[in-house]
Amino acid sequence: MTKTIRLEKLTKIFDTPSGQVVAARDVDMEVPAGEICVLLGPSGCGKTTALKMINRLIAPTSGKIYIGDEDTSTLNDVELRRSIGYVIQQIGLFPNMTIEENICVVPKLLGWDRNRAKKRAAELLDLVGLDANLFLKRYPKELSGGQQQRVGVIRALAADPPVMLMDEPFGAIDPINREVIQDEFLKMQAEIKKTIMFVSHDIDEAVKMADKIAIFKDGVIEQYDSPDNVLAHPSNAFVADFVGADRTLKRLRLVTVEQVTDTDVPSVSRHAKAKDALTMLESSGSELAVVIDGDHRPVGYVNAQMLEGARGSVQELARSLPATVPHHADLRAVVSEMFANDVMWLTCVDDSGRYTGVVTQPAVTGALGETYRKSSNKAA
Amino acid sequence: MSAKARPHATKRSARIFPWLLLGAGVLIGWSGIIDQILAYWDDITYLTRQHVVLVAASGGAAIAIGVPIGIWLSRPSMARVAETIMQIFNIGTTIPTLAVIALSMTLLGIGFAPAFFGLFVASLLPIVRNTYAGLLAVPAHLKEAAHGMGMTPAQILFRVELPNALYVIFSGIRTALAINVGTTPLAFLIGGGGLGELIFTGIDLMDTGMLLAGAIPTAALAVLVDFLVGQAQLWLIPKGVNPLR
Repeated sequence: MTKTIRLEKLTKIFDTPSGQVVAARDVDMEVPAGEICVLLGPSGCGKTTALKMINRLIAPTSGKIYIGDEDTSTLNDVELRRSIGYVIQQIGLFPNMTIEENICVVPKLLGWDRNRAKKRAAELLDLVGLDANLFLKRYPKELSGGQQQRVGVIRALAADPPVMLMDEPFGAIDPINREVIQDEFLKMQAEIKKTIMFVSHDIDEAVKMADKIAIFKDGVIEQYDSPDNVLAHPSNAFVADFVGADRTLKRLRLVTVEQVTDTDVPSVSRHAKAKDALTMLESSGSELAVVIDGDHRPVGYVNAQMLEGARGSVQELARSLPATVPHHADLRAVVSEMFANDVMWLTCVDDSGRYTGVVTQPAVTGALGETYRKSSNKAA
Repeated sequence: MSAKARPHATKRSARIFPWLLLGAGVLIGWSGIIDQILAYWDDITYLTRQHVVLVAASGGAAIAIGVPIGIWLSRPSMARVAETIMQIFNIGTTIPTLAVIALSMTLLGIGFAPAFFGLFVASLLPIVRNTYAGLLAVPAHLKEAAHGMGMTPAQILFRVELPNALYVIFSGIRTALAINVGTTPLAFLIGGGGLGELIFTGIDLMDTGMLLAGAIPTAALAVLVDFLVGQAQLWLIPKGVNPLR
């Protein structure tokens, strides 16, 4: 079960002693069902206000919020909040309750049967790789920060809400664990497909997590677009500045090796004769061939020059490969390997280590430049 | 809060206490004073019962009324006036308990009623103060999480706020009862009865036996009450928020 979130002319004005402060002005946006939308911006830009208006922790001044086709203003506060998963930066696990009791809070509020809630808690712990037998009866203080945040996330999922709100959920976790938890969360999201609004101030996190990014400034959405478009085509100077001068480098994370692999570079068995390999190479039109072993794993490479007039097997002539990259890695890892080894190309392997193709520096820059060529064609 | 330091102090005194008691017992046994004390056995049982009734009634009333007042003051709607009211309560505590008892006599005459009232007032403040402070100290993000998950204000109070403030509230009750038990002997001065009768009369008559017949049960009672509240604090507070467990 999953639903869209739609905001219509959502506005919040705070009356403060020093006058009115506009925290959100005419925010219009729609998050398609099953997607993650990251609200991004500097502090005080209104992103958190926008998020908290959805579960009415902050009452909107005007505007409408729809979840699915339902106008949420027709629901009472408590009913609405119980149907929305909510995760906060400080995690907010109740220290007086065991992990099980914490996860079962909303099911209990909704009047679920005890056994059903219990089963659900164990099931969810499993989903994030925590052993239910070990953790259900523990108290939050007995868990590490990373474990606590995993529990914080599954607690929000306990009653299987169609939409989730996450307020900088991974902000308080150290960088190494944060990457791990983000990856875990994305894997989980691929299965559960919730519609998620996610507040962040970290552009890297946004690029990694988001299907869509909304960039806020002074309560107004400056740009609402896919991560790649926000990075490649910032709509104005503020967005360009916010995503950073190295925004093109950030786009490297959005493309995986698979998408730019050149599969036309032939492979050749290490036991092949040099002469045969040369014939094969010339007929393929490629400059080089990757030498593979019996299990189809790359072990080296040969080019025409090396094979010319040589005798014996390819194995004796081949030069070693500086590095290989897995095909699901992102281009940032590829470029990093290229720079580290001072090479222009790398071989790619699949999950079982078998040769799949070659990724070259021109292919990488080509992939990044494609979007600009498209838009200039459009302009012309 | 001295809440963290307290368990250590209690542990150390608990270790020394039996030895002190043994030493005192040996001394008393030598001087033959035990017989002098036991001569007042009937008075001791009768007055101890009176004493316990006073402590239980006034302490119980202070808990029954102090905790709700503390909760009420901690509600967001009271935020503006709560501090002012707490200040008034604070000024109230600076008045010595003997003066409180004397004042309550001028209002209510002599007997059980003024003694009860004086002791009730004296033990009210620590309970109100700790309930109020304990509830305010519950981290805002816990309340936000509870709120965002769809708990009603009453559910937030009973399932999140009170359990998390319970340790501090119990510390207040412990302090209040210690004050209460210690002050109860003064009740005799306004006709409230209790073990004070033996203590003060013993002083006036220079009768050490009589004095000790009042003082020893009073001391034992104070230790017993503190022990009982300590046990309650240990076992009634959920494990996740109990520094003793």
